[in-house]
Amino acid sequence: MMLSDRRPILLANARIVDPSRDFDMVGDLLIADGVIREAKKGIGAAGVPEGTDVIDCRGKLIAPGLIDMRAFVGEPGAGYRETFASASQAAAAGGVTTIVCQPNTSPVIDDPATVDFVLRRARDTAIVHVHPMAALTKDLEGKEMTEIGLLKAAGAVAFTDGDKSVTNAQVMRRALEYAGDFDALIVHHTEDPDLIGDGVMNEGEFGARLGLLGIPKAAETIMLERDIRLVALSGGRYHAASITCGESLEVLRRAKDAGLNVTASCSINHITLNETDIGPYRTFLKLSPPLRAEEDRKLLVNALASGLVDMVMSDHNPQDVEVKRLPFAEAAPGAIGLETMLVAGLRLMHAGEIDLVTLLRAMSTRPAELLNLPGGTLKSGAIADVIVVDLETPWVLDPGELKSKCKNTPFDEARMTGRVVRTIVAGRTVYEYV
Amino acid sequence: MLRDPSICAGCRPLWIGKPRTVREPALPQAKLAPIELALMNIAPKSSFVLSRRHLLGIEGLSREEISSLLDLGEEFVELNRQIEKKRTSLRGRTQVDLFFEVSTRTQASFELAGKRLGADVMNMSTSSSSIRKGETLIDTAITLNAMHPDILVVRHQSSGAVELLASKLDGCSVINAGDGAHEHPTQALLDALTIRRNCGHIEGLLVVICGDILHSRVARSNIFLLNTMGARVRVVAPSTLLPPGIERFGVEVARDMREGLNGADIVMMLRLQRERMNGSYVPSVGEYFHYYGLDEKKLSYAKPGALVMHPGPMNRGVEIDSIVADGAQSVIREQVEMGVAVRMAVLEALSRNLPNA
Repeated sequence: MMLSDRRPILLANARIVDPSRDFDMVGDLLIADGVIREAKKGIGAAGVPEGTDVIDCRGKLIAPGLIDMRAFVGEPGAGYRETFASASQAAAAGGVTTIVCQPNTSPVIDDPATVDFVLRRARDTAIVHVHPMAALTKDLEGKEMTEIGLLKAAGAVAFTDGDKSVTNAQVMRRALEYAGDFDALIVHHTEDPDLIGDGVMNEGEFGARLGLLGIPKAAETIMLERDIRLVALSGGRYHAASITCGESLEVLRRAKDAGLNVTASCSINHITLNETDIGPYRTFLKLSPPLRAEEDRKLLVNALASGLVDMVMSDHNPQDVEVKRLPFAEAAPGAIGLETMLVAGLRLMHAGEIDLVTLLRAMSTRPAELLNLPGGTLKSGAIADVIVVDLETPWVLDPGELKSKCKNTPFDEARMTGRVVRTIVAGRTVYEYV
Repeated sequence: MLRDPSICAGCRPLWIGKPRTVREPALPQAKLAPIELALMNIAPKSSFVLSRRHLLGIEGLSREEISSLLDLGEEFVELNRQIEKKRTSLRGRTQVDLFFEVSTRTQASFELAGKRLGADVMNMSTSSSSIRKGETLIDTAITLNAMHPDILVVRHQSSGAVELLASKLDGCSVINAGDGAHEHPTQALLDALTIRRNCGHIEGLLVVICGDILHSRVARSNIFLLNTMGARVRVVAPSTLLPPGIERFGVEVARDMREGLNGADIVMMLRLQRERMNGSYVPSVGEYFHYYGLDEKKLSYAKPGALVMHPGPMNRGVEIDSIVADGAQSVIREQVEMGVAVRMAVLEALSRNLPNA
């Protein structure tokens, strides 16, 4: 599937932004043998090995490839929704060079053999790096913890029950304690299912007008608050998978101020959209957790800018038309996002809500640090996961052109400015926009 | 039949003695049979009563649109009281009543309305147990499209389902006969017509809606309509049955019937589903009736002669006492009569916007 071999590449005359070291300058970047040789001004065509592809990137941006902390891929068990092949094609087109896939598959990724299957399958079919998270509890039932040590040794980069919350505080406490011994990261979807009840969107006036039952923000904040107290009690590395509201930010701030080992993500959807985007019952905007009000979206963006929120993930969740073209309350939640995460983020940048370095850091450097993955940097010697981005060209998103198997994008016909024009994974170009 | 105006609170004096339903025909009466007269009266006064293809909800309708629908409905009331009730404005049109949720009165009302206007009416009921809900909705739309219906009347248990269906159909008008907790526009129109005939106007009246506001499409449609028409709306319910943000709907909110009914011109009771009385939303039927059921004592907090309304079917002894439901202030049976007339008005108005009309 590789578009070209591993000849050295010189990306010339580009704006190079490396959020791992606040590096932002115009220059050249040389890639050889799958690693970044150097990034500096004036390498020029003269200073490169013979046979190097010299690519003029004038006016373009060079940045580390993105690392997506949370993407659902259907394998094993739901290949009709997404395969490693299709997910990785979408990722490459969106500038994502590393996917962290979720364990809520069928069977659940809760034993080392399944982790091994995922890694082999991805190695054979995917064009970007894939790392699985493993289940935190067996069969995602929230009762018994999985073999955290063995799963980590097999290659699981973190532990999560996907889009389910562990409601039993005792189970969560012990998992945190035990995982702490292995320095394993626990990623938790914080929503109290009882408080969600029959709710299908954010609780508030807009939902009430649509006649849709609401999910209160407290469903999220209560669970997050509980988790933070358990971390304080038991230690461990904890990451809130997807927070959506100002109240949760307050809880997060207190946890960080107290020096707890706590981090958090926001989905790209929650920082770029709000509940009113649902409009006339658009099920592609039915998400879990739900889209919130505009004031919460703004608070999330501010928290991202200040570093309170550590990272942005796609929350890629392919759902086919069978489960989406239904009345809102009956439709499955989730939206695809691998291919649109960066461009949706660029909308925020163009709107002046966030600066480019912060955005890129939240999508590359921070996830690499948290998950101990290579990448997220353009330092010499680092793996050559690099993207070239056109920041200026406007275009309109056509879902039919997306690479994902499912087209449930919330950015249907959205006006975008800028796009990924080249994606390089370990020194090979795996995507090129022509 | 007109009610004695003196029993209706909030009526404006200028209306007394000038019943709205009696129209003075501008044309010589002598040579015309009553049915022809009725037909002439109903002839469109303006070409657009409703300048839209579907009736999916009250929200977004203008005051003029609502008024003209009520005017048209009023004329059908007269027609419906005659021996010869048949009209021909929908002749050759096919009306399909598609009910995904069980209904007797609404379906019968739409069926009768369509038939009286001359449409071919087909009823399709899908009990929710025999089909997998939703999955068939788009399929049904595709199937129906191929049959070329002109008017589709849809009820569905999910909010937004009727809108979804309408977006998948072309060339036909869709009428929302109730979608989840969202809207039930013809119910609000028939309620408005009942109020207007009894009080002469809607503007300035205090309408109190009591009961399960949270799950009620009737409440939502009524709130939108009454606000548009300039009435004051107050809702009364326990907090568990009030939607979040209800105070931003332009209504007053009360949790107590004495306070809530104070000064009411109209008392609109809502049905409380059985499954919501067992401790999930309210503790018991007994407690609910004690605090929120409309009996004579609680009705006495409203203005003397205030109208009592209920969209039906009633749970006697749960949200309303039989003595009140069948009492002199009740217009519940009249609401049913207005239902047919208003639905005829909606069918008539939408049919004017159909292609080749």
